[in-house]
Amino acid sequence: MSAPHHIPAAEAIIACEGLSKHFGGIRAFTDVAFQARRGEVTAVIGDNGAGKSTLIRSLVGVHQPDAGNLFFDGRARPFANPDEARKAGIETVHQNLALIDELTVAQNLFLNREIVRRIGPFAFLDRKAMKREARSMLSRLSINMPSVNQRVRRLSGGQRQAISICRAVGSGAKLVVMDEPTAALGVQETANVEALIRRLREQSVSVILVSHNFDQVRRLSDQIWVMRAGKMAATVRASETSGNELVALVTGAA
Amino acid sequence: MSTPADNAPAAHSAGAEESRPSLAALLLDPSFWADWASVVGLVGLVIVFGIAQPVFLSVANLQALLLAAAILVVLSIGQTFVIATSGIDLSLAAAVMLGAIILGLVNAAGYGIFIACVLAVLATSVVGFLNGLIITAGKIPDFVVTLGTLSGITGLGLILSGGEPTMVGSTFLLRLASGSLGPFGYPVWVAIAAVIVAHIALYHTRFGVHLLATGGQAESAGALGIRTDRVKIAAYTISGLCAGIAAILLVARIGSAEPQINTSLLLNSVAAVVLGGVSLFGGRASILGPAIGALMLTALVNGLTLLNVSAFYQPLAVGAIVVLAALIMRYQK
Repeated sequence: MSAPHHIPAAEAIIACEGLSKHFGGIRAFTDVAFQARRGEVTAVIGDNGAGKSTLIRSLVGVHQPDAGNLFFDGRARPFANPDEARKAGIETVHQNLALIDELTVAQNLFLNREIVRRIGPFAFLDRKAMKREARSMLSRLSINMPSVNQRVRRLSGGQRQAISICRAVGSGAKLVVMDEPTAALGVQETANVEALIRRLREQSVSVILVSHNFDQVRRLSDQIWVMRAGKMAATVRASETSGNELVALVTGAA
Repeated sequence: MSTPADNAPAAHSAGAEESRPSLAALLLDPSFWADWASVVGLVGLVIVFGIAQPVFLSVANLQALLLAAAILVVLSIGQTFVIATSGIDLSLAAAVMLGAIILGLVNAAGYGIFIACVLAVLATSVVGFLNGLIITAGKIPDFVVTLGTLSGITGLGLILSGGEPTMVGSTFLLRLASGSLGPFGYPVWVAIAAVIVAHIALYHTRFGVHLLATGGQAESAGALGIRTDRVKIAAYTISGLCAGIAAILLVARIGSAEPQINTSLLLNSVAAVVLGGVSLFGGRASILGPAIGALMLTALVNGLTLLNVSAFYQPLAVGAIVVLAALIMRYQK
């Protein structure tokens, strides 16, 4: 088993050591050390039940780890809930995308972050400003959208994923966490979302990517962390590994 | 088909807004009819009744119609806020009764009509608040909780009033019921004010967006940090507030506080919301739609009465129209 690379803390946007989480008698993961470098795409892979989703959720405040230390942006930061993590600068692209079907693209992009104009004690939505900002957010990431007034319900799976990612990035997040962003998508849509993630990498957005797809992970990420049976089994540079090596690491055949 | 009139607004807004579908395409789209069911229904009824009985279109009758619709308009606004969160307020008409009784009793006790009205609105708002609190804290379906409240506050109303109506002889309420400003009676102005305030709250505030998000996908809204429980409680409190305003209008209209639930008010408030194109699954709402739906239901009853159709047929007609509207809703986008 290869030991995790040692990376100076300043380069890590998020890092943890000795992190453990169990639910009753079931151990989700034990004594995990992990870090993601600033401006890189960091992938976490592993078999079903290896603990990767629970690890990610423990990083962003959905779960509270039972033991261990968590550092974000150079400071020790355990998050009591997702809202705290969000305020600190971690945006999560949820597996269910957290989009509201009946609201428009612009409304979804600014949900709970609406731009308002104050008139006396009252705050009114500045819908024009939100639509304008929404258009520029989408064009910065070259996302094609027929109209920001479109209800999200009528969009394809890939477009919905793009909006969810756009919202995460557009909030000025320091770290964007994506859990299986292409799991439910077709071939063409997967390619579109992968292109979008590549653009994020070009713009030096720090990303954590959870995925099942080894080829995708090698295409998109800089550093790959492998989980197996609740432990961090290995970490490798994406440029220095092969699909076969990853399969071996995930299954424990290495 | 494009006429200059069609092109003008599109050209005007081309810079800032995306172009809208043409008028012809709009008219062929079934979802357009579903969205505007209440308007189409109202216009249809006005035409049919206007031809069958010209008195229907007389200024006096239209004024009476609006006056009669005011209470239902206010109630359907309250119901809209709750249904937008994918809930339903079955205690609405019972809350009106409780508000009326409290108004009557406080007034009869000699505290003055102003304090009586304030306490009535306060009581119904508390009922709404409790509905929301029990639903969110207890994680009990809206239907069950408000059904329980319906029964509970009916009993409370009977206990407080001893089952007897209370006369409310107040010049303030008399003037509210019979006075008018310009073309409309005061109750109509109250309803118009309620429509405007509710419309602004729904479309131009963060609360409105969060309300629709909560009704659309509560889990997603929660994941983005929206406190969906608070939003729901607020919606029920607004519903209670509307019941209180309706109670004042009702007591003003009939001159006494009756310990009787007007069940058709409850059913018609839901019917008006459905006619107004609001989704019963939440997440999609307007204020103008239900208000026009309430007008339409009132016009239906008014027109049938003018045509000397027996009152026994009126619930049948209301029922048929609501089910028809629900069928058209299936074509909503």
